[in-house]
Amino acid sequence: MKLSSGTLRLIIPAVSLALLLAAVFYMQPRAMSYTGLNLLFNLAVPIALATVAQMLIMAVNDLDLSMGTFVSFCACVTATFLQASPAMGVLIFLGAIAAYAAMGMIIHVRELPSIVVTLGMSFFWGGLAVLMLPSPGGEAPGWVRWLMTSKPPFVPMAIVASVVIAAVTHFLIMRSSFGVLIRGVGGNFRSVERAGWSVIRIRAATYALAALFAVLSGIALVGLTTSADANIALRYTLLSIAGVILGGGEFVGGRVSPIGAVIGALTLALAGSFLSFMRISPDWQIGAQGAILIVVLALRLFLNRLERREKIQ
Amino acid sequence: MNAPRLLLSKPWIWSFVATITVWIITVLFTGGASSLGLSQAALTFAAFSVIVGIGQMFVITLGPGNIDLSVPATMTLSGTLALKLMDVQDSMIVVGLLLSVLLGTVLGIGNYALIKLLRIPPIIATLSMSFIVQSTAIWANRGLRIKPPEVLASFTTSSLFGIPNVAIVALALSAIAWLLLEKSIYGRWISAIGQSTFAARMTGIPVDGTRLVTYMLCAVLASICGYLLASFSGGAALNMGAEYLLMSIAVVVIGGTAVAGGNSNIPGIWGASLFMFLVVSMLNTYGFGAGFRLILTGLIIIAVILMAGGRQSTR
Repeated sequence: MKLSSGTLRLIIPAVSLALLLAAVFYMQPRAMSYTGLNLLFNLAVPIALATVAQMLIMAVNDLDLSMGTFVSFCACVTATFLQASPAMGVLIFLGAIAAYAAMGMIIHVRELPSIVVTLGMSFFWGGLAVLMLPSPGGEAPGWVRWLMTSKPPFVPMAIVASVVIAAVTHFLIMRSSFGVLIRGVGGNFRSVERAGWSVIRIRAATYALAALFAVLSGIALVGLTTSADANIALRYTLLSIAGVILGGGEFVGGRVSPIGAVIGALTLALAGSFLSFMRISPDWQIGAQGAILIVVLALRLFLNRLERREKIQ
Repeated sequence: MNAPRLLLSKPWIWSFVATITVWIITVLFTGGASSLGLSQAALTFAAFSVIVGIGQMFVITLGPGNIDLSVPATMTLSGTLALKLMDVQDSMIVVGLLLSVLLGTVLGIGNYALIKLLRIPPIIATLSMSFIVQSTAIWANRGLRIKPPEVLASFTTSSLFGIPNVAIVALALSAIAWLLLEKSIYGRWISAIGQSTFAARMTGIPVDGTRLVTYMLCAVLASICGYLLASFSGGAALNMGAEYLLMSIAVVVIGGTAVAGGNSNIPGIWGASLFMFLVVSMLNTYGFGAGFRLILTGLIIIAVILMAGGRQSTR
């Protein structure tokens, strides 16, 4: 059987996740249960949503350095406005999505580097979040709490949610014509332009879609933590970028993989649990996370080489 | 007639225009009482941003995707280890500095080894590296907060003819960096690589060696900055480098260095560093809360980029 390069691209992240999961099960066999899996992957849902959002931005060759602060902002809105007056909360989210679309347009029209514009926006979202919740607080809306803590039969919520996210985004990015346009802009925006499409509209729509996923990430996060804080998701910026890369995505060329991105996010979430099972001293927890990242990427390089050697023969 | 026009065509002029505007606004608000203190504080704090900014600028000049995210962790580890080694003894100051430089060299080589051997994008390679470095710093920072040697502490906090000593050090480093960038073959090489790596390789430029040296240079400058900052603030803290991640990138870009690489300038880094400090102190003087201050900082950064960016597209 011949494997397409897209499938091969997926195998590597999937294998890394399986290996890490096997190591966790080996060290802590009790994790091999409904509750165990739920605990292991619980925090993966918001990370997966943020990773998908980052993946969309990376699909059009941009990078969003404000992802962490934006998800924090969305979490604060969820815990305050969305809880107290849902209509107002939805209105704020729509405004934020519109702001992202406008940012995409500005970046395109003025040919600005996305890294810098999003860097500036990260201060903006951070400021808004601090204004809303100067100290940790707020409360999760009942339905969000219910959704995130619900217990479907046989498979934990975290796994169900991850599969749904992967399926929906896979359909959206890899199977729909809009997805082809997004990846086309990343690959060669001039040829998309010459084919008669409005690249500025595609970019604006991509940014808006990314903002929607980031909003969902903030809502999901508050559903798990029950309250919010202006700094709650700051590490999501780097986690989301690492998740996309771990999942086989590239920085340029519109080469992304939605299923891979979700798997990458799960791997990162699992790495944290793995380290606490290893009883590594807290001093070295962050360092070990960096080491895992390096090992997984080395594995990917090794498998890529193997693949290339097979092609030559 | 020709001089002003020549001046206006420089990409760094806008950061200085913005800086002077903000300075005047702040001084006017306080009735001119704070002009000397404000300028000295601005020079001092800008100096630290300038030192890390120069290193980051060299890396960014290498072209798209090149960025060093390990700057804050490197600063923290360097400050921690150097203060630990010096152990409040004045005789060890030079040894401490040498340790910082050595540490920067090693970390720079480590960064580039990851990029080259594992073929990871620099953003991820330096990120993974920074995790490990940060952990080492946490491990090394255990126990009491160590004070810097007396002589070093007073050197970093005092000034010569009204100019803070750290600003003089930053100025000297900028001069060296300018010579490297504009007058040496190495500077031409990194610009060439930034403009087209393929073409640079074809003309026989040692691309890998040049990139290695650049990542080393960035890590060494971050180390020196960490050494100075730890001495200035009376000890190393684990979060002392945190704000310099965004700051090092922001000053490079606001200063007019092309983010796509291949074109850099050093005066702009000074303008942008002074500007970033003055904006925050201006908003402080007006008594804004933390939230509004952040929002306005973000909006001002974007406004400056919008003004500067329009000029680039017409060129």
